[in-house]
Amino acid sequence: MNLARREPRWAVTFSVLLALIAQVIPLPDWLSVIRPSFVALVIVYWSIYAPHAGGIFAPWLAGLSLDVFKGEVLAQNALAIALIAYITMTLHQRLRNQTLVQQSLFVFLMLMVNEVVVWGIEGWSNHHSISTPWRWIQPMIGAMLWPFIALLVGRTHTRT
Amino acid sequence: MAVFGAATSRSFGGRGPSFGFRFFCYAILSVVLMFYDRRGQEQGRGWLDTARYGLQAAIYPLQLAVNSPSAAWRWLEESFTTRETLRAEVDQLREDLRIQKLVTLRQAALEQENARLRGLNALLPNVIDKRLVGEVINAEYTQLRQRLLVNRGGTHGVFKGQPVVTGDGVLGQVFRTGPFSSEIILITDAEHGLPVQVVRSGVRTTALGTGFSTSLELPFVPHNYDVKVGDLLVTSGLDQKFPFGLPVARVTKVERDPKQPLAQIYAVPLAGIESDREVLFIWQRTDHPAAHATPEALAVEAAPPVKQP
Repeated sequence: MNLARREPRWAVTFSVLLALIAQVIPLPDWLSVIRPSFVALVIVYWSIYAPHAGGIFAPWLAGLSLDVFKGEVLAQNALAIALIAYITMTLHQRLRNQTLVQQSLFVFLMLMVNEVVVWGIEGWSNHHSISTPWRWIQPMIGAMLWPFIALLVGRTHTRT
Repeated sequence: MAVFGAATSRSFGGRGPSFGFRFFCYAILSVVLMFYDRRGQEQGRGWLDTARYGLQAAIYPLQLAVNSPSAAWRWLEESFTTRETLRAEVDQLREDLRIQKLVTLRQAALEQENARLRGLNALLPNVIDKRLVGEVINAEYTQLRQRLLVNRGGTHGVFKGQPVVTGDGVLGQVFRTGPFSSEIILITDAEHGLPVQVVRSGVRTTALGTGFSTSLELPFVPHNYDVKVGDLLVTSGLDQKFPFGLPVARVTKVERDPKQPLAQIYAVPLAGIESDREVLFIWQRTDHPAAHATPEALAVEAAPPVKQP
């Protein structure tokens, strides 16, 4: 009972909303091609440090919002983000003992998984797939941003 | 029982099903959604469209939030424009209005003449019955997707497939509606095709989007068809969506390579694809001759020629 009260639900909601906005806000072309998936980054953070706050539902809903927002095939981002949330949650105790820089490698892998899933679904649904190499650079940028994102989101709650 | 999330359920204990099981459920749900969404796109309106309609209402505040920085910037810019700039703008608008009035004067005479030639004893009303101004709240101009998000939706009467224009020409059509917003696919979107007609020669073809906001492609024109640089393209109305005669684009390049079966023709859209902040949704009179062709009329046109004995 006490444990449930300590879950940072508001921080999760708020940070995911901010990440959604950051991900869809119009940017100049050169910036938007290297923009990493902020939603995925924030979801990975919460999956490590508060896996029970949102469960799988919050990542799934965040991904679905992203789909509706971008007008893409429904549930493609939802599935991808739920998948990386699940992988992260099963490993969260090991990840908590790592430094932020060590975690970056894992984050890079997760962002890659995210991209591959979305890319695969886009191909299946006959959407023109981006053939630019930029798509595969986004996870790298995301991994580089990870320590900053983690510190920033980390300020919203006390880690247990 | 908890095979997948063994580590986590041990530390917290007794918190419902494991992550693995829950993920499995959501994955199944996602696949079902994707499948029906895809099928709905192929077969027209499905129940998922209704769900998306609702979701779009839920997400509308977020869309407004995303637009707020640029809206605030424009507001600031507007409030700090000087008196001189405003005065110049007013003068410019007055001048434009004067020119437009002259054009309309001529148009009234032409319409009367047209009615006489057609043998009608009454003037036809304008094919455009009703219009609605919408403001762009988000835009995407990538090679993959050329889309706009506009702050008018189902509650304002906007419907799927509705023509969207600006003062200069055709912009696109409504792709998806939410209650308060709608997504517009631009004519330059790589997945969009628009039946057009060359005003000068009457050649009918299709203008495809290229993914670049300054270019349309006309890939289905044989060499011997009469299309020249500078020709005006208007909608032909054969798509049953757009009325006949809305200006679309001007031909900028015609390449006739004898080795290729078809000519390569490019045109530049007349509407400022990336510059317009305001768009017009239009409703047309269906009983008007210039309205889109009815299915019956098209069926007659497409009927196979009678075999000669």
